[in-house]
Amino acid sequence: MTSLALAAALRDERHGRLDMLPYARALDLRFDQDDDEVRLIMPFAIGLVGAPGRIHGGALAGLLEIAGLAAVIVAQPDATRLPRIRPVTVTVDFMREGTPIDTIAAAEVTRLGRRIVNVSSRAWQFDRSRPIAAANINFLLDWPEAK
Amino acid sequence: MTADAEKAAARQQRFMQRFMDGVPHLKLMGIGYRAHGKDWAELEMPFAEQQLADPDYGIIASGAIFTLLDNSAGFAVLVARGELVSHATLDMRVDYLRGPAPGVTVVGHAECYRLTRQIAFVRGLAHDGDPANPIANMAGTFMFAAQQPAP
Repeated sequence: MTSLALAAALRDERHGRLDMLPYARALDLRFDQDDDEVRLIMPFAIGLVGAPGRIHGGALAGLLEIAGLAAVIVAQPDATRLPRIRPVTVTVDFMREGTPIDTIAAAEVTRLGRRIVNVSSRAWQFDRSRPIAAANINFLLDWPEAK
Repeated sequence: MTADAEKAAARQQRFMQRFMDGVPHLKLMGIGYRAHGKDWAELEMPFAEQQLADPDYGIIASGAIFTLLDNSAGFAVLVARGELVSHATLDMRVDYLRGPAPGVTVVGHAECYRLTRQIAFVRGLAHDGDPANPIANMAGTFMFAAQQPAP
């Protein structure tokens, strides 16, 4: 299962690429982590452009969702036993336009439940305190041994 | 439909397709024009590998569905306004009701149900063949470019 490949990469490497998810590969996503968080980097590319000179809001939403997914994975107590993780609701606020440079995103788990994980995800460019987009995401976890 | 109205619709359709061909991220996701009315628009996303979140299960990334709905909504706002004025997504919520069947074309349908001077309100859904059995539901707001330069 792909989230296992993703979890293995996040467990073993400080930085790398997210090519195990074809959608993340299309966005050319990389990750970079320290003890506090996983940050995703989406390098600027022509394929991300929506309105002329601006990054498409859908690409930003995709980046925010995958940053959320990464945060949910690293928050799991046992990295070798993972549920299937799916977003149920995603609400994105677009605050500033995405300019043609790298975009960085990181997410925070606001509540880690066994079935539902609430996540707050944020994307920025020049300055972390000036986010360009942010998302609240509720993930549903499906554990293999359903009760 | 009168001949004139038909011609106008065909013109608008050609315009929309040309417009979409010029948007690189739509090309990357394989999103194309499907249909529109006076306050609604429909785009389609035929299955393509780069939309996948989980290749083992053939599951389409929710981000790709979000992109499809964001654009469907944006086009609904354009046709509802009847003029090409730029707007920006203010916020958008998507509820993922179920996973699409593997390998399907996903359709995004959006309706601009209220227009004010500054904000457009849109609702919509994504489905994989049957609009009565949607994959996702969306609600979004769009803001128009400022009429006058800020003081």
